[in-house]
Amino acid sequence: MTEHNTSSSYLKLSGVRKEFGAFAALKAIDLEISQGEFVCFLGPSGCGKTTLLRIIAGLETPTAGSIQQGGRDITTAPPAERDYGIVFQSYALFPNLTVADNVAYGLVNRKTPRAEVQRRVEELVKLVGLPGSERKFPGQLSGGQQQRIALARALATSPGLLLLDEPLSALDALERVRLRQEIRALQQKVGVTTIMVTHDQEEALSVADRIVVMNHGVIEQVGNAISVYREPATPFVADFVGKVNVLPGRINAGELNVGQFRLRTEASSRAADGEAKVYLRPEDVLARPVAGGTASFAPDDPCVFDAVIEKIEFLGSFCHVHVASAAFAPHRLTVYLSLNFLTEQALTVGSALRLKLLPERLRVF
Amino acid sequence: MAVAVTTTSALAPVAGTALHQRVHWSDRVAHVWLVGIALILLAFLAAPLTAILMQAFEGKNREFVGLANFIAYAQTPALLNSLWNSVWVSLAVTFITIPIAFLFAYGLTRSCMRWKPLFRGISLIPLLAPSLLSAISLIYWFGNQGIAKGFMQALGISQIYGAPGIVLAECFAVFPHALMILITALSLADARLYEAAAAMGTSRARKFFTITLPGAKYGLLSAALVTFTLVMTDFGIPKVIGGNFNVLATDVFKLVIGQQDFAKGSVVALLLLLPAVFTFAVDHYVSRRQTAMLTARAVPYRPTPSKGFDRVMLLCCSAVALLMLAMLGMAIFASFASFWPYNLTPSLRHYVLGLVDGEVGEGFVNSLKMAAGTAFFGTLLVFFGAYLLEKTKGAPLLRGPVRMLAMLPMAVPGLVLGLGYIFFFNAPNNPLHGLYQTTALLTLCTIIHFYTTGHLTAVTALKSLDSEFEAVSASLKVPWFRTFWRVTLPICTPAMVDIARYFFVNAMTTISAVVFLYSPDTKVASIAILNLDEAGEIGAAAAMAVMIAAISAVSTGVFMLLARWVDRRTQAWRGGR
Repeated sequence: MTEHNTSSSYLKLSGVRKEFGAFAALKAIDLEISQGEFVCFLGPSGCGKTTLLRIIAGLETPTAGSIQQGGRDITTAPPAERDYGIVFQSYALFPNLTVADNVAYGLVNRKTPRAEVQRRVEELVKLVGLPGSERKFPGQLSGGQQQRIALARALATSPGLLLLDEPLSALDALERVRLRQEIRALQQKVGVTTIMVTHDQEEALSVADRIVVMNHGVIEQVGNAISVYREPATPFVADFVGKVNVLPGRINAGELNVGQFRLRTEASSRAADGEAKVYLRPEDVLARPVAGGTASFAPDDPCVFDAVIEKIEFLGSFCHVHVASAAFAPHRLTVYLSLNFLTEQALTVGSALRLKLLPERLRVF
Repeated sequence: MAVAVTTTSALAPVAGTALHQRVHWSDRVAHVWLVGIALILLAFLAAPLTAILMQAFEGKNREFVGLANFIAYAQTPALLNSLWNSVWVSLAVTFITIPIAFLFAYGLTRSCMRWKPLFRGISLIPLLAPSLLSAISLIYWFGNQGIAKGFMQALGISQIYGAPGIVLAECFAVFPHALMILITALSLADARLYEAAAAMGTSRARKFFTITLPGAKYGLLSAALVTFTLVMTDFGIPKVIGGNFNVLATDVFKLVIGQQDFAKGSVVALLLLLPAVFTFAVDHYVSRRQTAMLTARAVPYRPTPSKGFDRVMLLCCSAVALLMLAMLGMAIFASFASFWPYNLTPSLRHYVLGLVDGEVGEGFVNSLKMAAGTAFFGTLLVFFGAYLLEKTKGAPLLRGPVRMLAMLPMAVPGLVLGLGYIFFFNAPNNPLHGLYQTTALLTLCTIIHFYTTGHLTAVTALKSLDSEFEAVSASLKVPWFRTFWRVTLPICTPAMVDIARYFFVNAMTTISAVVFLYSPDTKVASIAILNLDEAGEIGAAAAMAVMIAAISAVSTGVFMLLARWVDRRTQAWRGGR
């Protein structure tokens, strides 16, 4: 092992497979995670993300493959011989022990001197923002506070790896947003390599250095938030992460045909001829009034088309606007328009619009 | 880097065979304990039962005779007659008890009548005494010198000894068992169904037949089967009030103890095992269906006051409660009567006679020893066994069989278990032969006899704990036994007190299993009562049965106080206490 190898990849999974009888929960997973990185496993339920986390924790044994952590092969090591802290969705705090006893649970066993334990507990409870709660029982804390204590307990022994199994799903929406930022800040402060499992794409996009998008036991894409969102590698990723219009069309000698709409883009010219699905995010369509004169889009631009509003779904500052266009008929599009734009232009159901799609944002599969 | 690549490729060919995690030393410790539990269950449950099976297929010289014993049994008209008697008496008790218990449970769960806790308490009285208490009481009511004999004869029943007495006494004895199942079934109601029905203007009767009854059908089935099995396998009541009316349970005793005909005895024992195994199988299936029926989203049903209905339920429940009190009351009254029926002035004559002359005093000491041993060791064994099964990992091949063995006692009538113990432990070449007729073996037999209920209580308590405690502990490098001691045990102490109380009271009142196993030195009180009755000292028998009921009641109270104390000591973390 060279110095370079250990620092670039702290955790290395090679060909990890897991079968439950005839069902393949994980199919040949290869993944490397660097020291200090915050990685999210993102995917729908049943995609294998939790199984993968439990395999890393040693709570499940892979059917095949190998796992190395810090240069050590831990594939068949029992949990007690691995180096990680874990936080579960259910918190799993010991209800009959005080906050201090919970946090100290792993320290006491290591024969750390009592004063040292107490100092460390104080430090950790402060770190997670709950100083003074040491003598309380978990039942006296809110869900978010309990999860912070669970985090403190997991970090108490200074593990090399922090595993978070859907830590936020049991919390209400506001607490979820607050705590995920706290977890991120804490992780950067402590510098611990962290893996978080989540089915919430917003959560993954907002905190992770890298996102591992999984589906049906395979990794669909690994990348940072922007690349997963803007450059989805597979239709699944495009569909699962964020909202997207899916339009069935054809590629004809490098040209994209959807309904009456014709366009040659970088993506289309690379694609092979035949049936194709076009993925277009609702925010990648810009809108102007039709009668805007020079202020509107040039009608001869191949990316520009006219449309009529069919339905407006009010969501606050932004609206989902469902539009029908002769160019794309019979397919309909959803675009995001700001509420201000709609009011300014006095747009309602039945109003006409001139739309321009951003060709470089189109994905063709 | 090159090293890493070769290790990966070296692993690739292994892909065909699944990887196995190395076993941590602390898990090995758990496996050793689990093996210990398995050995106990094998030696004290599986082996005795196997001994019965073997006896049933062996001849006088222990040679294999196939079905010869069964054929010989079928050719004995008297024995077949007992089989028929057992079946129809059990059916009769089932058909009488279930509707009454259902009504009672309905009143307790679905009405707003007064004194519900009182009714609930009264309904549990039969559990405090050996089942034969009701038989003794009936003899005072309707026996040859009974005070209501004339009333009975006016109804066309010539005498209480025999089927009428058995049916009546069993109805009393099995009532709480049926009632508890039905209360559970009726409390598992989803209020939303009733609200939806009310919103559609459904009548009370229609709601009952379309929601309540279908919802309770598994409970009814399960209660009926349990009642049938309990009556089939009960020994004390037919022994005391059966007269010349023979049933399977008394046959086993006569065949084995009286005639030393082990082969036929084990054939009858297997016949007794059949309904119990059937009940067990159905109950297993039913309980899975019942839990599936009630989702986590269900809203528990709360009855609303309704003057007329509540009054009717109060009347019905009062009538049942009065009958139960009459049963206990007569036993108490008669036990204090100086010379029934001529001199009813109260005296302690029967108590003195029983305790001193009948040597039941010693029996009480033995009973208390056995009950305390059963409660203490039984609770430890059952709880630790359940913990190892539910919360430790590895050794998958061991878990299935141990789990099955833990459930098996539910399907084994005490009489059959006791018989198995004779066959197994009385065999001179058995290294455990030294245990035969000792209090230790009586205790072990009782623990095994009541193992399953304790096991299920422990499993329920353990399952309510977060399943990730052990995973968290392992990640913090804390071995499981430390978490068991610091977390699991303190949280589960209330459940353990519950298990201990159950063991204690049952050990005080059990007859069926231990009736085969005692020696004059280790005779327990419940058996001593049986002997007093046989000797014609029914007054003393009544007195001693009342004393057992009193001890059980007091110990239940003590256990409840203990539970409260434990609660305060260990459950402070539960909010609001």
